[in-house]
Amino acid sequence: MRYFILIFAVLVLIVIGVAGKRGDITRNSPIQIFPDMKRQLKLRPQTPNGFFANGLSSQLPQPGTISQEKPMLVGGKEVYSFEDAPVNTGRVTGATNFIELNALPITEKLLARGHRQFNIYCAPCHGQTGEGTGITKKIGAMAIVANLHDKRIVQLTDGELFNTVSHGKGVMQGYAAQLTVGDRWAVVAYLRALQLSRLGTADDLAPETRAKLK
Amino acid sequence: MSAIFPKWTNKLPLMVAIGGLLTAGAVTAGVWYYFTPKYFRVGYQPIQPVAFSHATHSGQLGMDCRYCHNMVEKSWFSNIPSASTCMNCHNQVLKDDPRLALVRESAASGKPIPWVQIHRVPDFVYFNHAVHVNRGISCVECHGRIDQMEEVYHAKPLSMSFCLDCHNNPAAKVRPADKITDLGWTPSPDPAIAAQKQAQDGKKFVHDFRVESLNNCSACHR
Repeated sequence: MRYFILIFAVLVLIVIGVAGKRGDITRNSPIQIFPDMKRQLKLRPQTPNGFFANGLSSQLPQPGTISQEKPMLVGGKEVYSFEDAPVNTGRVTGATNFIELNALPITEKLLARGHRQFNIYCAPCHGQTGEGTGITKKIGAMAIVANLHDKRIVQLTDGELFNTVSHGKGVMQGYAAQLTVGDRWAVVAYLRALQLSRLGTADDLAPETRAKLK
Repeated sequence: MSAIFPKWTNKLPLMVAIGGLLTAGAVTAGVWYYFTPKYFRVGYQPIQPVAFSHATHSGQLGMDCRYCHNMVEKSWFSNIPSASTCMNCHNQVLKDDPRLALVRESAASGKPIPWVQIHRVPDFVYFNHAVHVNRGISCVECHGRIDQMEEVYHAKPLSMSFCLDCHNNPAAKVRPADKITDLGWTPSPDPAIAAQKQAQDGKKFVHDFRVESLNNCSACHR
């Protein structure tokens, strides 16, 4: 009996010693004791897969592919993303000059969306106020970050701002992959609101609101 | 008779009983403790091809999760960013750093960085990221405090009972829609008030976000 207990204790200690405890950090991939059908031969996004010659499960669309989508409703008209329309390009149809004003109607919802997306995608560099004092500037990692309240940028047309958000400018890369067309116009609208917060005067207010100021 | 069975054999049944109980107890305890994703999956921290630190980018710099995982609100799958997303900043920041060589190469060639997937539910489980983050379930509920991890590890078991804990009572976890990526958020700094507020607001969010907390098999298994 003494030997049994001794061997038993040693075995328990070996198991605990080898297996460790729950939550221990390990570099080894998790063991599957019962495989069941946990791993199947199907394509999963962004994983290596030998089915295609380049070994990727997520293939790029063929050139010229048109996405299955609902068209955007702009001023009561349906616009598809492949069309040469001001809402897609920021330019006048068939020309290279930029459109002056936002292609979408400015609503509270659009501004709220722009606010949210601006803080996620633009604020890291341009800062939440748009002064170009985002975190990358603060830690000194980036040399040039545009101050969005610059006269130069205030004077740009909405179409050109849209174009910069979409395709980038200088060292800034485009955000077309992150922001949908609608989101980019929302960001442009929100940027205008930010700029107005600096440029607006009391005269811009409605008379009754102005009366409250005094 | 004593010549055949020595005296100690009188204790044999007791010894067998104790030995059997000990062995059975140890095996049961071992299976209970080890044969679960809480042991097998939690703590998995593979070596990644690029030493990307979530603690630096998300924790210190305060970047939103969605800056990189930008499709999480639209797709069932939370995307790994392409190298060109990294290059939005790293075309200027640390632009010649050898640690980022693979990122630059990937951005130039279009060949993906071979990141190692850590969180992976079985292939017959259809988890939808968009549905969860758009209805007030934070990243932190399944992934832990990613913003404090130098290297990401598997923090939660992601077992079926883990899913059901929340599906049975979503009000305990649902939070305001604008706090989804704020991993350290609590309803109040005081735990007692936080629990009280969560109990109140949780029900309201469940109603407002139309959280369904599906418990039928085909909600996840298809």
